[in-house]
Amino acid sequence: MTELILGTKKGLFVLEGEPGGEFAVKARAFAGEPVEYAMRHPRSGRMFASVTSPFYGPKIWYADDPAGEWSQADGVALPEGGDAALERIWLIVAGEEENRLYAGGDPGVLFESADGGASWELNRALWEHPTRGSWEPGGGGLCLHSIAPWPDDPERLALAISAAGVWLTEDRGGSWRQGNDGLLARYAPDEAPEDSSALCVHHLERAPRQPERMFMQFHGGVYRSDDGGESWADIGAGLPSDFGFPLMVDPADPDSAYVIPLKADTDRVTPEGQVRVYETRDAGATWSERGDGLPQHDAYLTVLRLAFDRAGEGSDLELYFGTTSGEVFASGDAGASWASAASRLPPVYSLAAAD
Amino acid sequence: MASVRVRGPLRQLAGGRSDHQLSGATVVELLRELERAHPAVDGWILDERGLIRRHINVFVNGERGGEATAVDPDDRIEVLPAISGG
Repeated sequence: MTELILGTKKGLFVLEGEPGGEFAVKARAFAGEPVEYAMRHPRSGRMFASVTSPFYGPKIWYADDPAGEWSQADGVALPEGGDAALERIWLIVAGEEENRLYAGGDPGVLFESADGGASWELNRALWEHPTRGSWEPGGGGLCLHSIAPWPDDPERLALAISAAGVWLTEDRGGSWRQGNDGLLARYAPDEAPEDSSALCVHHLERAPRQPERMFMQFHGGVYRSDDGGESWADIGAGLPSDFGFPLMVDPADPDSAYVIPLKADTDRVTPEGQVRVYETRDAGATWSERGDGLPQHDAYLTVLRLAFDRAGEGSDLELYFGTTSGEVFASGDAGASWASAASRLPPVYSLAAAD
Repeated sequence: MASVRVRGPLRQLAGGRSDHQLSGATVVELLRELERAHPAVDGWILDERGLIRRHINVFVNGERGGEATAVDPDDRIEVLPAISGG
């Protein structure tokens, strides 16, 4: 039985089921409120939800039982008296240390928790980075949407911000530097300076068994890094479109990555009315279509960047994605075949599968 | 002291009471005083900049007010989520 935790436009949904069959709604919370992201911590089992009430602003909530009482986490705010306010928390990620978690938000901010998520603190080095004044927001805001810890090394972390590129630390967030060599902003004017930080990264994932390898879905381009995010090579050739948002990896195979292409930045739906996941098993040299069981006619779906996740790995790899039309699709065989897991849900903002 | 009334989740956060007698010369001073008395309210009405959140309305004696609106000790302040729709 796999648990799927969905952040939706109308609350949090917890589903349970097996790939190939319908998943059942086991719990719902924050009914009617936008839940941008939700996940269960893989070690503590605690569930987290980021909720941006249109009235009362963004908060992080946590609960041991999603059907029970939720508590508001402390410290999820920018410094008082400044000229910026926290707009949204985009994602929450478990760190390598027992009680450490990270949360990324808009405007390009990182929060850290050292007590299992009850209280959070703004990462000052990133907040006060001298280049911050030149950071440009993407269409969804200045969103810090990807956080990639380095397995067994809590000193190292990679972040991605749209549209401020990739950021790397090797001292637990005490200092940050950019890792953008090789990224090509095709959407930028020809006369834009080459060192521009207006780099619209859409999603970043690390290959946990070979942590210096990372994969990136860019705003036009799919990239791979073999040096921990310092430099990037375009591996998008062979895809029907190299535009998209979601990206996932098989933890067992550092040469693996999955993307769900969308037609273009001006037409953010599945190309040609066909829903297809594309897989590489050779680090991006070639891509294979994985669409068996997915809608192949008149299906113009949008999958958001945090609505694609996995459970298990290797031969037990399960893949799941949710759409803004309220559908969830599941594969229990590493993407070879797919089936509907749920439908008629609110627009899916995020999907996290519990391993 | 001015009378500040909150509703819905704000009431729960403010000690389970709707009506609060608070001191302050402006709306934002009253709301800061409410936060000091009930720290759980912090961040729910005012954002980090000290601005009233976009979809919350504050009325002073029935008239729409802002952060800097002056208040007198016998004034009545209502804090309401915006009625929105389409």
